[in-house]
Amino acid sequence: MAASFGVSSAAAANAVKSPALSPPSLPVIRSEARPISCRVNKSRKAGKITTKAVAAQAENPASAASKPGHEVLLFEALREGLEEEMERDPRVCIFGEDVGHYGGSYKVSKGLADKYGDLRVLDTPIAENSFTGMAVGAAMTGLRPVVEGMNMGFLLLAFNQISDNCGMLHYTSGGQFTIPTVIRGPGGVGRQLGAEHSQRLESYFQSIPGIQMVACSTPYNAKGLMKAAIRSENPVVLFEHVLLYNLKERIPDEEYVVSLEEAEMVRPGEHVTILTYSRMRYHVMQAAKTLVNKGYDPEVIDIRSLKPFDLYTIGNSIKKTHKVLIVEECMRTGGIGASLTAAINENFNDYLDAPIVCLSSQDVPTPYAGTLEEWTVVQPGQIVTAVEQLCR
Amino acid sequence: MALTRRSLHLHLIRPIFSARLLTTASTSPISIETSLPFTAHNIDPPSRSVQTSPHELLSFFRDMVLMRRMEIASDSLYKAKLIRGFCHLYDGQEAVAIGMEAAITRKDCIITAYRDHCLYLGRGGTLVEAFAELMGRNGGCSKGKGGSMHFYKKDAGFYGGHGIVGAQIPLGCGLAFAQKYSKDDSVSFMMYGDGAANQGQLFEALNMAALWDLPAILVCENNHYGMGTAEWRAAKSPAYFKRGDYVPGLKVDGMDALAVKQACKFAKEHALKNGPIILEMDTYRYHGHSMSDPGSTYRTRDEISGIRQERDPVERVRKLILAHDLATEKEMKDTEKEVRKEVDEAIAKAKEMPSPDPSELFTNVYVKGLGVEAFGADRKELRAVLP
Repeated sequence: MAASFGVSSAAAANAVKSPALSPPSLPVIRSEARPISCRVNKSRKAGKITTKAVAAQAENPASAASKPGHEVLLFEALREGLEEEMERDPRVCIFGEDVGHYGGSYKVSKGLADKYGDLRVLDTPIAENSFTGMAVGAAMTGLRPVVEGMNMGFLLLAFNQISDNCGMLHYTSGGQFTIPTVIRGPGGVGRQLGAEHSQRLESYFQSIPGIQMVACSTPYNAKGLMKAAIRSENPVVLFEHVLLYNLKERIPDEEYVVSLEEAEMVRPGEHVTILTYSRMRYHVMQAAKTLVNKGYDPEVIDIRSLKPFDLYTIGNSIKKTHKVLIVEECMRTGGIGASLTAAINENFNDYLDAPIVCLSSQDVPTPYAGTLEEWTVVQPGQIVTAVEQLCR
Repeated sequence: MALTRRSLHLHLIRPIFSARLLTTASTSPISIETSLPFTAHNIDPPSRSVQTSPHELLSFFRDMVLMRRMEIASDSLYKAKLIRGFCHLYDGQEAVAIGMEAAITRKDCIITAYRDHCLYLGRGGTLVEAFAELMGRNGGCSKGKGGSMHFYKKDAGFYGGHGIVGAQIPLGCGLAFAQKYSKDDSVSFMMYGDGAANQGQLFEALNMAALWDLPAILVCENNHYGMGTAEWRAAKSPAYFKRGDYVPGLKVDGMDALAVKQACKFAKEHALKNGPIILEMDTYRYHGHSMSDPGSTYRTRDEISGIRQERDPVERVRKLILAHDLATEKEMKDTEKEVRKEVDEAIAKAKEMPSPDPSELFTNVYVKGLGVEAFGADRKELRAVLP
């Protein structure tokens, strides 16, 4: 179908580019300053790479370019990313429950329906299977829908659409159809939300061939990942966390996109590699403070890309420290940590001085009682103990 | 094709080759009545009298014969173990595909489930690509990676080809949404069977299509059996055209290509103005559900042969052509021979095609978008090529 859409404003018409054909000339902030071997990257335009690129933390002396930024909360950063992409490309639209008039149950799409209309920011009935399928069908024709699951757990109802249609159509059609959807929503264990609203779907989705999975953890990478996910020609599942929406951070004013397949170096170190993502990053950083006081030097990496794993960054870290601790919020059985353990063992067995330790949530439905809920999730104290045992 | 001297003598005035028959046939309108009146739900049914032309009728005949021949040939190929896995054949239901194509353009979208071979042909797919895909060769329409249930043709608006029952309906809703978004005056036909009509996602999609006035036409190809279960054993209300409640519906004799054409034309006009409509095509499949189903354990052979005698779509068009004197018996038999030859040639060509190259295992998993690469641990060696 020809992509000639009824564009409301001339400005938007001029701004339409075909993202797949023209790699961005925006500065892509990378997490490692080391240049990647050019031989395999011959098709990738690097753009401008800033060499100092630890994802913004308040105490980190950021480069001059990002100092005069603006402060946002994480949900506002997501909204900025969404809005910039909707402005740039009239094919981007949002499907979800209460995303339009209500503004999104976590305010991620607030104000967008007023700006772009009810068709582009579509309030759907409560029919996850069907509106996810609808998004895939629309994507087959060239639209770029962003599907919001009000809670990630609800997307289990759409599993068939995500797995078979979203993930596999590009392959089964021999490359005829691309499905540039973004499926996003909050997941993870919140504050006493109960078992069905505290699910971590990354472990269920990780086997689906054809999708990419990323997890954001800071306003900076939330906006960057949202934009990258929308621009990607592949279906991307963007995992947000219920408890991280109100994190505040200073992000750059200028436009930026982060790489979907890269991990983020949160804290370089020498003694042990701690791999984590999403909310557990903060538990790890809290534990890191204690560890530093006790004389340890942990290297903390936020893996960000859950599928595929950034084995390059992880590998370089392991070659330096020789010990790995994985801290995740998934269940012990069949979670991201389990896959990551297997991947590291396969690839870096020679570099390990000790078996990989993986701290995950307990294999139980998340209980309602506050104390019980605390015990299902990994706490900073447990991380400190694990590092001490690993480094003995 | 060599003809004997005798036939040359007999048909000196009429054109000899049936292909030439088509090109010289006139397009002057004929009006023909459908076999049965339409039954309508919440809407005024269209008239029974259909405008057609000799050219159209002859092309219906040729195309349906081609589809029928292709499905029978697929049956033999399956038994010869050249086609593996699941193979769902469409013979008996050709009128639905043909009538629909006659009423719409290539800008309109069609999406269906796994009984998709003939719809692929109708949308402009070639026999060679179809057979190559069925046999898993790299010249197939999905490069041999999809199989019988995954025929697609993007440039002709054919969106497949789906294995999971009912999952194509929300996809079709998305196609209709995109058409409304881009305002290009086209509609989407989402086809499903009487078995899929009991899926919840159908009603979810119906609700959304009606809510937003999407140009969506839901076509239930009711062949009365959901694999081995008769419709009255699976559905409390087998009047599938009425199940939309607030969405209007039309019941059509799916073995009459002209009735299908009329209904689809009517539905397209309706959908562009008023939103969704359901069409129930009363049709029948001669084969079982798939090649692994003999098709006779849940229905009698008398039933199958009865329908074949009384309602066969190809025979109906043949009788119409003879009744209106548009071609002779001999010419139509020649067409059938020609079609058979065409199918045999396509099969021979497809058999020669190679299997996909092993590197194709990893292609088309991801699209090379914003930096999608998957390297081995050291980034020096590419573990898998993900183009």
